[in-house]
Amino acid sequence: MQFFVDNLDLFWDAFLTTLSLSLLAGLLALVLGTLLAALRVSPITPLRALSTFYVETFRNTPLTVVFFFVIFGLPQIDFVIDFFPGSVLAVGLYTAAFVCEAVRSGINAVPAGQAEASRAIGLTFSQSLREVVLPQAFRTVVPPLGNVLIAMVKNTSIAAGFSVSELSSLLPRLVNANAGELMLVLLGVVVCYMVITLPAAFVLSRVERRVAILR
Amino acid sequence: MRITRYAVSMTALGLVLAGCGSDAGEQAEGAADSTVEVQEDAEFPAGTTMAELAEAGSITIGTKYDQPGFGLLNPDGVPEGFDVEIGKLVAAELGIAAEDIEWVETVSANREPFIQNGQVDIVVATYTINDARKQLVDFAGPYYEAGQDIMVAAGNPDGIAGPEDLAGKNVCSVEGSTPAQNIRDNYPEATLTLFDVYSKCADALTNGQVDAVTTDNVILTGLVAGNPEGFELVGNPFTEEPYGIGLELGNTEFRDFINDVLEESFENGDWAAAWDRTAGAITGEDAPEPPQVDRY
Repeated sequence: MQFFVDNLDLFWDAFLTTLSLSLLAGLLALVLGTLLAALRVSPITPLRALSTFYVETFRNTPLTVVFFFVIFGLPQIDFVIDFFPGSVLAVGLYTAAFVCEAVRSGINAVPAGQAEASRAIGLTFSQSLREVVLPQAFRTVVPPLGNVLIAMVKNTSIAAGFSVSELSSLLPRLVNANAGELMLVLLGVVVCYMVITLPAAFVLSRVERRVAILR
Repeated sequence: MRITRYAVSMTALGLVLAGCGSDAGEQAEGAADSTVEVQEDAEFPAGTTMAELAEAGSITIGTKYDQPGFGLLNPDGVPEGFDVEIGKLVAAELGIAAEDIEWVETVSANREPFIQNGQVDIVVATYTINDARKQLVDFAGPYYEAGQDIMVAAGNPDGIAGPEDLAGKNVCSVEGSTPAQNIRDNYPEATLTLFDVYSKCADALTNGQVDAVTTDNVILTGLVAGNPEGFELVGNPFTEEPYGIGLELGNTEFRDFINDVLEESFENGDWAAAWDRTAGAITGEDAPEPPQVDRY
């Protein structure tokens, strides 16, 4: 117990860093991912191709490589980005590809008749998407999106290797300072992650029940 | 036709990869032909760790796999460097040949658990002797005195001569390392950038994302050797980091034995020869004076 009391401020700072990294990257991923999903179902071929290219690139690249690209690659072409915003960008860009695929699966789950009917009553493509298809799509998409976002929270741990002092970076730091307390350090870090992911999972399950379509 | 095209592109890729050999790798190749004479008729009192190891004919040694000059895994999957040579010296006195040593990678965070759990017999891994660690494991040696130093971009544009000049500068090190903690505690005006490996610090220094890199001078020397046009060492060590050989707590006979082996190698020149083959081959400097073994 004394160990946790002594290192409380370290845990708190690292927890806040992981939390803000997760929230900002999650926001970026949700917005960008939804836009990409809209492009992927759009009737305009070049936009569809662009979105497909993006998704296949980021979904098939290890996150560590994305981090290397953002943190060390971009400065080589004179685009220097700080480590924290760079980490938000890397996690957000990467997760957006998965959000896009989850949302697209939701859109595909909306019967084609819905889109055809809304076009028939004179809505434009973006209107029918916004007013008819996406609201129904988001309902089916809550459980897979929850998976994507929880995976994302854990993926932020890669930022520890790129100079962001988040929860995982506490492992080497505290273990070096307290070599005998290895298990306590692990326990503390795991509990901190759960403080973020468990409530998130709870909220998502509530949302899921709220918006479930009664068929 | 298609197969030919694949073959051509694979060959091209192979040529590119072959061009990526580093200086450290070449140094490692040179170290392969080390010559430590194995003690053929080693005799030890029954019941001691030395007798057990000599009887078994093998020893498990933990070392680092990512530190040029001290412990670096060569392309054949065998570690090489000064730490590795020290390990071979100890094994040879037990009558164990170099090829019968079982090497295990230890990183800074797992050295104490590996010793305590008996997963390794000894650890020779740029392992600084300090009081906190003495509570958990025993140390033989030291066999080398390193010191924390600073690496800057070639030409030293910020004119950094010592740790005092780091105030307001962005300094890179590795999270969980003693040098990083030292900067935190004693030079709080410096901004720390902490990665998980030193090679990233080198990249960040090349990109201008940090102003300096700090850790033990021997590690920095390896980085400078990898890119002599880009980096330079300040050469003003400001701490003392005695490297010791870690072993299980309370095994005094084994510790005395290793200390005897070290002292003998200091005197008969094996120690200096090991230095010249490994770390010395990178720095181009002669072996330093061996340190005084501390039988605490």
